[in-house]
Amino acid sequence: MMEKLIFGRYIPGNSWIYRLDPRAKLLSTIFFIFVIFLANNWQTYLTLFIFVLTAVLLSEIKMSFFINGIKPMIWLILFTVILQVLFTGGGEVYFQWGILMITSQGLMNGVFIFCRFVLIIFMSTLLTLTTMPLSLTDALEYLMRPLTALKVPVYEIALMLSIALRFVPTLMDETEKIMNAQRARGVDFGEGNVFQQMKAIVPLLIPLFVSSFNRAEELATAMEARGYSGGEGRTKFRKLDWSASDTLVMAVFVLMTGALVLLRT
Amino acid sequence: MVMDITFEKVGYTYQKGSPFESRALYDIDFDIKQGSYTALVGHTGSGKSTILRHLNALNKPTEGKVIIGDREIISTTNNKNLKGIRKKVGIVFQFPEAQLFEETIAKDIAFGPKNFGATEEEGIEIAKRMLPLVGLDETYMERSPFDLSGGQMRRVAIAGVLAMEPEVLVLDEPTAGLDPKGRTEMMEMFYSLYKEQGITIVLVTHQMEDVANYANHMIILENGTVVKEGAPREIFKDEAWLESKQLDVPATVSFASRLEERIGLQLGEIPLTTEELADKLVAELNRKTAAGLNPFEGGDAK
Repeated sequence: MMEKLIFGRYIPGNSWIYRLDPRAKLLSTIFFIFVIFLANNWQTYLTLFIFVLTAVLLSEIKMSFFINGIKPMIWLILFTVILQVLFTGGGEVYFQWGILMITSQGLMNGVFIFCRFVLIIFMSTLLTLTTMPLSLTDALEYLMRPLTALKVPVYEIALMLSIALRFVPTLMDETEKIMNAQRARGVDFGEGNVFQQMKAIVPLLIPLFVSSFNRAEELATAMEARGYSGGEGRTKFRKLDWSASDTLVMAVFVLMTGALVLLRT
Repeated sequence: MVMDITFEKVGYTYQKGSPFESRALYDIDFDIKQGSYTALVGHTGSGKSTILRHLNALNKPTEGKVIIGDREIISTTNNKNLKGIRKKVGIVFQFPEAQLFEETIAKDIAFGPKNFGATEEEGIEIAKRMLPLVGLDETYMERSPFDLSGGQMRRVAIAGVLAMEPEVLVLDEPTAGLDPKGRTEMMEMFYSLYKEQGITIVLVTHQMEDVANYANHMIILENGTVVKEGAPREIFKDEAWLESKQLDVPATVSFASRLEERIGLQLGEIPLTTEELADKLVAELNRKTAAGLNPFEGGDAK
């Protein structure tokens, strides 16, 4: 069903990027997404591309994974790009029809938006491909820790996140199984008009909810039986470990930001 | 029409064309004859469940073809018009209780028939007939399937598949997680369907006793391919080979072979069921008594 979706998956590996601290990777990805809006000419985009391609090379993951990561989004990207091209004025006018026009400025903008999408998708795909979901929640928990001062239940949020992530594949399997069982009983998924399609979902959704309720109950019982009583006073099995290379990564990001500020017009 | 299911050079690859592709089946060739009771056996991950989904075209082979009755399924077969196959080949999946969803048991059982064109009343009528078959009575008709115990839910789910009145019934470990009594009842029920209504049965199981007791054809899978096929009696002869495939023989067979080893008792053809073993032992005892020997003493191995 979702089998072609690469974006958001983890691929086991052991390159330099894999061994970085998840906090460093998460922070730098978020940082990158903000910084990308500094770019406004070809020099700055070139810098960013070189930077991202270096990161991809360092991850030792095949380029095809990243290209595939873009595929599901390609229509969204093209739609935005075309809107940009058609509705941006300024510069030399090549073609005009009512309010629709193609101008040099518009084309430039389109290309830049396209680059922006590609860069952001590459970078976030890189993050999820090289970081285990559980490490990501650990990082998130650590980074959200200051929020405890504002009475945000950070520990509970992190627990919910890690349980949710852990059960995504299980639920996907379950969905697949129930779907097959109902198809074997004569249900056609994804056929007929909207109303028929919605009706066909009921025999899938109800069992899924029921099994999620059962699963939640079983999990809660099992957790209590193993002595779980909330976030207070627990120790950690997976310790995050910030090393020199993580500091280096952050430094490189700061340098890159400096370069962007200098190069932008 | 003859409802044979034939696999010709079938191969299946999951997520074909993506970086995550993995091959599950290679070069599968076999024939499930109408009116046979076939056991599909193999270690976990040998491809049993993947094959199962090919039996009613839930999966289409990525290579080769599957012939179900008069329909030929290849990788490019259209998803439309497969309902006919699904009605004829009913599958009881592992832990089928997960597929229940209607508010009453009667409606849930009638769901299958209704999808294949039966009216509401006909469906309820069928449900009424199916309940006793799986060991429940009419008082269950209006109850919610979610109020039942796990074992009863299993029965309702199975009734839901039987309600489609399939010609081929595929069972994926139908007794997993049931108590011994429920297990025997369930297996006997399937066997009587096989005997009395001539339904073709395909059973996926790890219980060699079930294979020995009921099946007349056995297909052994390993790493996505068929490694042996034949009558259970022939296959169970070679204990060492089965062990090398991480499978074993039924308790009766291993008991008989231990008897042979310890006291040199020759029982001739290997006994598949407990009754068969008992009969042979009785015959042996009678023979010895008749010959004036002490029947409880080891014979030739003195």
